[in-house]
Amino acid sequence: MSTALITPAPTMPRDNYLNNGYGVRSWLLTTDHKRIALMYLVTITFFFFVGGAMATMIRLELLTPAGDLVSSDTYNKLFTMHGVMMVFFFLIPSIPTTLGNFLVPMMIGARDLAFPKLNLASYYVYLTGALFTMYAVISGGVDTGWTFYTPLSTSFANTHVIATAVGILIAGFSSIFTGINFIVTIHRMRAPGMTWSRLPLFIWAHYATSLIMVLGTPVIAITLIMVALERGFHLGIFDPARGGDPLLFQHLFWFYSHPAVYIMILPGMGVISELVTCFSRKRIFGYNFVAFSSMAIAVFGFLVWAHHMFVAGISTYAAMVFSLLSYLVAIPSAIKVFNWTATMYKGSITFKTPMLYVFGFIGLFTMGGMTGLFLAALGIDMHVTETYFIVAHFHYIMVGGMVMAYMGALHFWWPKITGRMYPENLARLAALIIFVGFNLTFFPQFILGYLGMPRRYHAYPPEFQVLNVMSSAGASILAIGYLLPMIYFMWSMRYGRIAGPNPWNAKGLEWETTSPPPTHNFAETPIVTEEAYAYGTTTAEVQRV
Amino acid sequence: MSDSRTAAAVEGTATAHGGNPALLHHFETVEQQRDASSLGMWVFLAQEVMFFGGLFCVYLVYRLKYYEAFVAGSNTLNVPMGAINTGVLICSSLTMAMAVYSAQIGKRKMLMFFLAATMLFGAVFLGVKSVEYKQKFTDHHIPGASFSTAEFEQKDHLPRDVANETQIYFSLYFAMTGMHAIHMIVGMVIMGFLIFHSWRGKYPPGHYTTIENFGLYWHFVDIVWIFLFPLLYLISRRH
Repeated sequence: MSTALITPAPTMPRDNYLNNGYGVRSWLLTTDHKRIALMYLVTITFFFFVGGAMATMIRLELLTPAGDLVSSDTYNKLFTMHGVMMVFFFLIPSIPTTLGNFLVPMMIGARDLAFPKLNLASYYVYLTGALFTMYAVISGGVDTGWTFYTPLSTSFANTHVIATAVGILIAGFSSIFTGINFIVTIHRMRAPGMTWSRLPLFIWAHYATSLIMVLGTPVIAITLIMVALERGFHLGIFDPARGGDPLLFQHLFWFYSHPAVYIMILPGMGVISELVTCFSRKRIFGYNFVAFSSMAIAVFGFLVWAHHMFVAGISTYAAMVFSLLSYLVAIPSAIKVFNWTATMYKGSITFKTPMLYVFGFIGLFTMGGMTGLFLAALGIDMHVTETYFIVAHFHYIMVGGMVMAYMGALHFWWPKITGRMYPENLARLAALIIFVGFNLTFFPQFILGYLGMPRRYHAYPPEFQVLNVMSSAGASILAIGYLLPMIYFMWSMRYGRIAGPNPWNAKGLEWETTSPPPTHNFAETPIVTEEAYAYGTTTAEVQRV
Repeated sequence: MSDSRTAAAVEGTATAHGGNPALLHHFETVEQQRDASSLGMWVFLAQEVMFFGGLFCVYLVYRLKYYEAFVAGSNTLNVPMGAINTGVLICSSLTMAMAVYSAQIGKRKMLMFFLAATMLFGAVFLGVKSVEYKQKFTDHHIPGASFSTAEFEQKDHLPRDVANETQIYFSLYFAMTGMHAIHMIVGMVIMGFLIFHSWRGKYPPGHYTTIENFGLYWHFVDIVWIFLFPLLYLISRRH
């Protein structure tokens, strides 16, 4: 774009969405997608730390083989609420409601999402659901595991199952609202020239995610309603005493909750596609394949749920089919990983913080994905299911994959969101700490699981102690890694260097407006004339990053 | 307050829109806005299909598994009342379609009349439904502690465990018709707002998208009943 090597120091734009009104009402009643994104950011960060506090207690308890810090009942509640908080109130909304909300309209050149009021409503619906669940947590908690398996959850648990389930149900509506909003926005609000094959891959990933949100979430809603009705009004849909089938609950639960894994990871994959091109200064390798692999993951994701039930008593033939289908998901996932690495090949790579998270994501996601194949294989699954191997596997996907992408995205778009840069060296250090802390926390759990340590117990045989101490030590390093960015992000909002419209020299419509953007995003509707990621296609482009 | 702020901020764009007050600031044209809300409604209905789909799936599984119990349970339902309700809902769909038509041709009073008629039919449906529910209470057909299997053991000569499985049928009966009834109640509340807004003249000729979208919702709720009626009342009966 710009050919000048020396540019004057950028200044903050006079009118932007942040200084357009300062009162409490201008935030709480806003319909601006960027402000709603920030409200979500603050809220989900809070619930991330609530879930993190539970994880801290879990890791403290597991320092010693004896169950000495908390009772087994309390421990059951801790891992249940850690799962509920992290899955439903952090991971599922994480990238879509914050960066997705902020960027989807900007990347396609729209002034807002198609339904701004629905967007605001989704925030309050989410908050209501979260508060319901927090009520359940504070008034004594819930101890069924985040999966609410019947008949434990319907007939035996004496904890706040209904309040938690209703909370999740309500938060689910917020997910549906967001999904509808994204689908309609992507279909109907694209700027002139923004064809489907020019859409940034972040948008494709969010489109696939939204489809899962809209088609999957209602199934968990009706399932949780049936659980609540069974607990509250003694309906007998899953009650074995009256002929009800608890396995049917598991089928319905995983019909949503497995695709929900892709709700969590797909937006992260979209982020990686944006970051890897920008910091390799190259076009994405195989645009169509990366775009359609997102759709393929969304479709296959609905066909593999019963691989969570291999030991629950489903028929062998069903298990074989689901095992095969689960292997199929590896194909689009591998397409993405190979295409990202191929994008880096012969690129001019710079090791800025977001790129460090990309490396973290690709490595850790690959490990999480490969161990997923172990688990999709019936024989190995019999051996390691319900052990720490599973725990390590899904944390490699969720934390090693999703949270890495989330952190990378926050760093990458932070200058766009706030107009200021974060401190680069400190951020690199934090990325390194997170990577080391993460691996120290979760790699030993693979070994623990393979050796046969079951999940969900607060005591364990003494021979597992060394690996558990390593895991707990890693968790404390990881915690520092997450606290650091929170501190320097807040610091940078006031003291960070002013970023200017495009500090990364990145492509994409969101970088063509000021940082922070004006309330209506663009001075005039942009017209798109080139493909996404047209890095290095103009000779005038100067390497400045 | 927030409205005036937004209005000030989009003054420039509003004039580009030709000052059409019904066109929201973030849309380029009225067609785009109409397309967007209509697509949004259809996506929402897809979500609803999955919601009821979960229930229908559970029904299918259990009907295959406990056919005997489903026959016995289904025989206790009042078919004439279900049939009347089906007719009532079909009539309400007709009045809803008429309401959409009146909105399209911009007849305000006609719109209000047909919305009120739809609401009335909805109320009749819920009234009949509550009579049916009350009958279930008096017959001890409510799953749970007060459920009585005696009737099915004596009249239908079912063994005790099969008679007990009728509770699954009634659980589904209440879950499915209950979820349907909740959707109707929500629809009637929205209809109340729509009548109020059309009385205030919020839907001048050419601005019928809201009514049209609500019509889609109402027809969807009717269609759910069109499936529920045969599934619960008719197909498992002893002939």
